[in-house]
Amino acid sequence: MRVIPFIVTVAITGVLIWFLNKPIGEKIPMPLGSFLSPQTGFWQNAEDTSYNFSSDLHFPELKGKVSVYLDERLVPHVFAENDEDLYFVQGYMHARFRLFQMDLQTKAAEGRASEIAGAKAIAYDKEQRRLGMKFAAENSLVVMEKDPNAKKVYDGYTAGINAYIHSLKQKDLPIEYKLLNFQPEEWTNLRTALLLKMMAKMLSSGTERDLAYTNLKSVLTNAQINAIYPQVPDSLVPIVPKGTAFPKPVAQLKVPANADSAYFDNKTTATAFEELYKPNRDNGSNNWVVAGSKTESGAPILCNDPHLELSLPSIWYEIQLTTPESNVYGASLPGSPFVIIGFNDSISWGVTNAQRDVKDYYAIKFRDDTKKEYWFNNEWKPVAQRIEEIKVKNGATIYDTVAYTVFGPVMHDNNFVDSIAHYNALAVRWVAHHTGDDGSTFYKLNRSKNYSDYVEAIKTFECPGQNFVFASKSGDIAIWQQGKFPERWAGQGRYVMPGTDSSYFWPGFIPQPENPHAFNPARGFLESANQRPVDATYPYYIPGSYITPRGIAIEHFLSQMNGITTRDMMKLQDNYFNVMAEDMKPMLLKYVNESALNAAAKKYLDEFRNWDLNAAPESVGQTVYQTWMDSLQRGIWYDELSKAGPVVPIPEEQTTMELMKKDSTLLGFVDDVNTSAVETIHDQVTLALNKASETLEKAEKEGRLQWTKFKDVTIYHLLGKTLMAFARPGLNVGGWNNVINAVTKSHGPSWRMIVQMTKETEAYGVYPGGQSENPGSKFYDNAVDTWVSGKYYQLWLMKKEEEKDSRVKWVMQFNNI
Amino acid sequence: MRFLISIISIAIFSFLAGLYLPWWSIAIIAFLISLLLPQHPAKGFLVGFLGIFILWILLSALINSSNAGILAGRIGAMLSVGNSPAIMILVTGFVGGLVAGFAALSASFLRKHDN
Repeated sequence: MRVIPFIVTVAITGVLIWFLNKPIGEKIPMPLGSFLSPQTGFWQNAEDTSYNFSSDLHFPELKGKVSVYLDERLVPHVFAENDEDLYFVQGYMHARFRLFQMDLQTKAAEGRASEIAGAKAIAYDKEQRRLGMKFAAENSLVVMEKDPNAKKVYDGYTAGINAYIHSLKQKDLPIEYKLLNFQPEEWTNLRTALLLKMMAKMLSSGTERDLAYTNLKSVLTNAQINAIYPQVPDSLVPIVPKGTAFPKPVAQLKVPANADSAYFDNKTTATAFEELYKPNRDNGSNNWVVAGSKTESGAPILCNDPHLELSLPSIWYEIQLTTPESNVYGASLPGSPFVIIGFNDSISWGVTNAQRDVKDYYAIKFRDDTKKEYWFNNEWKPVAQRIEEIKVKNGATIYDTVAYTVFGPVMHDNNFVDSIAHYNALAVRWVAHHTGDDGSTFYKLNRSKNYSDYVEAIKTFECPGQNFVFASKSGDIAIWQQGKFPERWAGQGRYVMPGTDSSYFWPGFIPQPENPHAFNPARGFLESANQRPVDATYPYYIPGSYITPRGIAIEHFLSQMNGITTRDMMKLQDNYFNVMAEDMKPMLLKYVNESALNAAAKKYLDEFRNWDLNAAPESVGQTVYQTWMDSLQRGIWYDELSKAGPVVPIPEEQTTMELMKKDSTLLGFVDDVNTSAVETIHDQVTLALNKASETLEKAEKEGRLQWTKFKDVTIYHLLGKTLMAFARPGLNVGGWNNVINAVTKSHGPSWRMIVQMTKETEAYGVYPGGQSENPGSKFYDNAVDTWVSGKYYQLWLMKKEEEKDSRVKWVMQFNNI
Repeated sequence: MRFLISIISIAIFSFLAGLYLPWWSIAIIAFLISLLLPQHPAKGFLVGFLGIFILWILLSALINSSNAGILAGRIGAMLSVGNSPAIMILVTGFVGGLVAGFAALSASFLRKHDN
């Protein structure tokens, strides 16, 4: 025996194993040995391209037999004998193909991202907790579980997910668990509630700008703020057709006596209260429906494309859910039972975001630094404390105490404030904190047979407010903007409100029957695209972050169309017409002073002049236009607004355009207050193009002048830019957030659906992703190219007797013993 | 002959162990086989290395071919070794081989007096 060489080699072996058995660092966060082993690691996730998904499964939780027919796109057509089994299997299928996604999203919703991502996610987690995400989910859960039938559904769904989790061995885990070195967590009904709160935050928590507007009061008057962030844009085409009469509200709302001094003209700022993780302003959507009078077939056609963050896997999972009593097909959200957007044998429906502001801030006066009491209605009132424990991967646990007031949780307090801010605490009141079982709306919609069923289904839906568009086989079309919306006196909640007494409470909620809606209009179509739902005659004050242009474009096209086919609707969803530019282009050309342009700017002006107003992928004119507009927006607004702090919202392009039409000084904002000269609109438009030409020249040198290359559309993996190997970059699509085909950098139509309500339903759909979240599966991104090219798949509402159809590729049998 | 038998035994027994035990069972198998079928240290490393190199390359190449290289390419890009399944297969075989090689070499030194 050679002792020394033996010891040395044993040591080397040991060190090698030790090194390969632990996470290596940021770039390689997983133990490499296990990850590379073909028997345990990533190779186990490399799915055979001709993998046989058929299986025979046994679960004692089931009451009867369930058959799942998987078609060539891996869409499951689920046939169950009862609801509990149906949702058990939906849960199982969600987990089978989207476990990591569901697990990550609900952990993040709860403010537990640091457990997976480490210290860099602490600020994110704190915000989730201070916003009261889990508090909100717990409140919903109480209602969800109160109704025995609803509880059965949610319990079944949860049990299905857990049945799948329990069947997993380490080598079977989705690859992200191997990469990030953690384990899936048991599902609970609370996690389903959390998923719905995540949607509420995404869609109804960035729709207010109370803190930014509050800061703006230090440099602008209330009247100026109202003028540059108008409630009703001049060019608005509302969801409810103009001319519709609204009932007058019963009570006149009482404005607090001290509103002028304590509220509207109060110049106290809140500079330190920047929200760190604002939901993306590009979240929006289109939906529309045309009546049989305007279609070739004589049956209504319903269309929907929700614009959300595009990701791999996609937020949507296609599924058909069938029992003897119900039969529905559409897009579901992994983490929630039901079909969210879809159709059944009788009706179809779709949703867009209402964009309503349902969240307000109240300034809280604590008695002292212990933050245990606050001044309310002339006395010190105790808070309810909630101690948040944030566990951190590779780090010490963080504790954060959140004070709950009558308004809601204190989102910001002296942990976040700098010494010059006057408000030392802000409580947040958010409709999502206290909602019922919003999922029940989808349970009922999945089973609705006609207009009255649909109205019954949606009327309890509270948050996030949605525009539910509807069509039925009997020929009805309708739209309702549905949600629980606060009733407010004019201007209430635009700024931070005094929180020392109850006089600034919301007076109540708008009665549900008065929510904006329209049914079978004579013109034969309805549409919504995140615009203000009603014109100025609606009797309530309804602030929101509305988006005007797409609605104008959709209305423009639909009003001219007749004999419409599903093919026409596909073309409209894929439409690139820039309706904003139609108004802006003549003004830009009128005001630009060509003699003051540099050589490059002159060249780009020619491109712009010849542009056909389409934001097509290959368009150079669109690139020039948008770069010019961005530069002009900064030039006009930033000099004044930036005095209120770095996070001011620049007014909408739409507002700039509308003001420019009326007043070439834009209420005086055109002048650059930082110079002694008085600038005119000619100066600003010209300067903006000269400045934009620098960006454009740089892009041209890099060969990125075409719009698609300039925006560089990318669908990221859920883990984002850190995992580019799993992303799909450089997709050849045009569009913009003010264009019907609303594709921005990594945002856009996350599901396109067209349903023609003929006797035999004719439906088409596509989403940019695939049914499987596994990057080692051919079903990971198989639909991306279809989506990019504006093509669709025909959606198949399978009948039980079609089980021998050639479209059925695999069968999963679920048995109870 | 013993050289070949060693390599094949290490590959087969490591495969079987890998069905139930963690990935580092390859080191134990390579060590035990080399203890039972001693090699001169010059060859000691090679039997361990080749046994696992061949096993892991074989397994990953089989998986890769039925996967049409979808995942190995992505993982290669992620680890910055290039979007190439072939490179990922070699990296896999090399890392496994290295561990098993040193384990087998240790056994050779332990049994040195027998030769």
